Amino acid sequence: MLTIENLHAKVDGKHILNGIDLDVKAGEVHAIMGPNGSGKSTLSSVIGGNEDYLITKGTMLFDGIDLSELDAESRAHLGVFLSFQYPVEIPGVTVTNFIKTAINATRKAKGLEDTSSSELLKKIREKSKLLNIESKFLSRSLNEGFSGGEKKRNEIFQMLMLEPKLAILDETDSGLDIDALKIVANGVNKFRTKKNAVVLITHYQRLLDYIVPDFVHVLFEGIIVKSGTKELAHDLEDKGYDWVKDLI
Amino acid sequence: MGYTEEELKKELETKEYEYGFHTKIESDTFPKGLSSEIVKKISKKKGEPKWMTEWRLKSLKSWKEMVEPEWANINYKKPDLQSISYYSAPKKRDKYKSLDEIDPELLKTFDKLGISIDEQKKLSGVALDIVVDSVSVATTFKDTLAKKGIIFCPISEAIKKHSKLVKKYIGTVVPPKDNYYAALNSAVFTDGSFCYIPKGVKCPMELSTYFRINEPGTGQFERTLVIADKDSYVSYLEGCTAPSRDENQLHAAVVELIALDDAEIKYSTVQNWYPGDKKGKGGVYNFVTKRGICHTRAKISWTQVETGSAITWKYPSCILKGDHSIGEFYSIAVTNNYQQADTGTKMIHLGNNTKSTIISKGICAGKSNNSYRGLVRVSPRAKNARNFSQCDSLLMGNNCGSHTFPYIEVKNNSAQIEHEATTSKIGEDQIFYCNQRGIDTEKAIALIVNGFSKEVLNKLPMEFAIEAQKLLEISLEGSVG
Repeated sequence: MLTIENLHAKVDGKHILNGIDLDVKAGEVHAIMGPNGSGKSTLSSVIGGNEDYLITKGTMLFDGIDLSELDAESRAHLGVFLSFQYPVEIPGVTVTNFIKTAINATRKAKGLEDTSSSELLKKIREKSKLLNIESKFLSRSLNEGFSGGEKKRNEIFQMLMLEPKLAILDETDSGLDIDALKIVANGVNKFRTKKNAVVLITHYQRLLDYIVPDFVHVLFEGIIVKSGTKELAHDLEDKGYDWVKDLI
Repeated sequence: MGYTEEELKKELETKEYEYGFHTKIESDTFPKGLSSEIVKKISKKKGEPKWMTEWRLKSLKSWKEMVEPEWANINYKKPDLQSISYYSAPKKRDKYKSLDEIDPELLKTFDKLGISIDEQKKLSGVALDIVVDSVSVATTFKDTLAKKGIIFCPISEAIKKHSKLVKKYIGTVVPPKDNYYAALNSAVFTDGSFCYIPKGVKCPMELSTYFRINEPGTGQFERTLVIADKDSYVSYLEGCTAPSRDENQLHAAVVELIALDDAEIKYSTVQNWYPGDKKGKGGVYNFVTKRGICHTRAKISWTQVETGSAITWKYPSCILKGDHSIGEFYSIAVTNNYQQADTGTKMIHLGNNTKSTIISKGICAGKSNNSYRGLVRVSPRAKNARNFSQCDSLLMGNNCGSHTFPYIEVKNNSAQIEHEATTSKIGEDQIFYCNQRGIDTEKAIALIVNGFSKEVLNKLPMEFAIEAQKLLEISLEGSVG
């Protein structure tokens, strides 16, 4: 589904990614771990299509389509979803209105009509229940005054509503207490099918107790220095990131 | 291959003003210039009573002694008022009994504006008094309103048919001497709307007028007078569009609202006159005086969405004369390219326990300049006056300017005045967030702007709110990048 080869990228003239190789297939969950500043968030921004980041070398294919040729909204229309580490506030725009606008924008890009309000409502009910989201929450302004947990839950809610093929979850566990973490993890697990894929970007192993990855990659100074299965995450937890440095 | 920012910008720039067309209708136009002769001629042409002619001449005399104000935060070349023709009317001026009698060209114009009379007739709930180039050509729902004793007609007709009412109230809220443009309007106004709601009557429908400027080189001087008698209610809508013109067109309207004891007037405006091209050439000069007076327990609510005009200079105001009276002002002002807006309100608290609310949203893009100017005055005898003001500005790009000039004059220490102001900028992170959810940049801006303006949009009647949202989108097109 997602094939990244020798990807180099820079931001503000600074090289952050220095040759990433990653192959994500349908039905898989990949975890990308690494210390602060290793390029985890840059990788998600580059896949998502943030124009502040410049690809200098390498390729990034999604179902055979070169993502670097597409703007962010076109990537979203193909089914690439990014759960933000720091979701922005949009005052005056309700959670519902935002989701409706997003769903219809994608439908329009596919030549489909707007979704009917009854269909939308049904889906909202179903998905919000999964995440213990109350209806009052849906009428609040997007991310305005949200707690850290509410912001992350809202990101996962959008993911469930938009049903992307590939979901990249950037530090979705940060700022969550254990109860919230369980709820969010449950949402992600319900999302998983044989046809979609999840990339978890995380600093801690904790999240991986609840969302079990098929593969774990360790990112350091813009390169994947080690790949393995979920045991790798435990090794990391035990030995710390200093251990990674010795791998180079 | 997706758009680059540059390509997007380019494509958007080619989108011209949506309502930019000029209808060829034979019209009857006076020679250019302003003199007592011209004023007399206007009055005669309209078959006005003598008192009106004299009132106009007196206004002209006052105007001649005044100078054009310069305190607003706007830059423009002063219009040459002697090069304007002060009267222009479509030639067929007989009364129309049915749509068949109306000039088909004119009907086409309405179609282009998306408000065909035909549709309007079928649409329930909106009575329309359409003003094209100064003469009212069609009025609907008159009978329904007449049954309730409501008078809703062109002011020229009211001057003749309801002379007493007009004479009693015209110029009482905005005296001819009030300011330069009000004096000019009082001398040369050609038409506008008149509305009277009798005691205890709740007007069952939204009253609506549609002003346009059609003939090149004619200024438009509308005069609107709304009187809500004791314990009555009316919601009044005013919307406007104008064809593209290269020369600047002057528009100096006067609107007077009178809310007698326990009455309520809701006055909503969507203003979408030609703002000039993207280089700042052309566009309408909109110098308007709008003011209402509230008697005991009366309420006046102004809601405005100002997206058009090269220059907007207007301060819909409330004089809270009666005890327990309420004044409200909800405003969205959008400026793009080289547009300039200096707008706000005045809340004059004279009675006891009077209350006012001001919510102003300024949206500023391109190289435009957007100022909020508001006055809250509490007179020495007004006990327990309360005011809440909130002025928010949203900036797009680095070349626009947003300014807030709040004036607060409190002369009674029982008053409670609150003022809040914020300035924010549409962030690239907000746009990227929307993009990542599949929402393109243009739509993302519309979404953010609508969210920002929501508190004001919510105050508009439903059908108007939808139109206003579309206007916000159109007005900000090409502001990306």
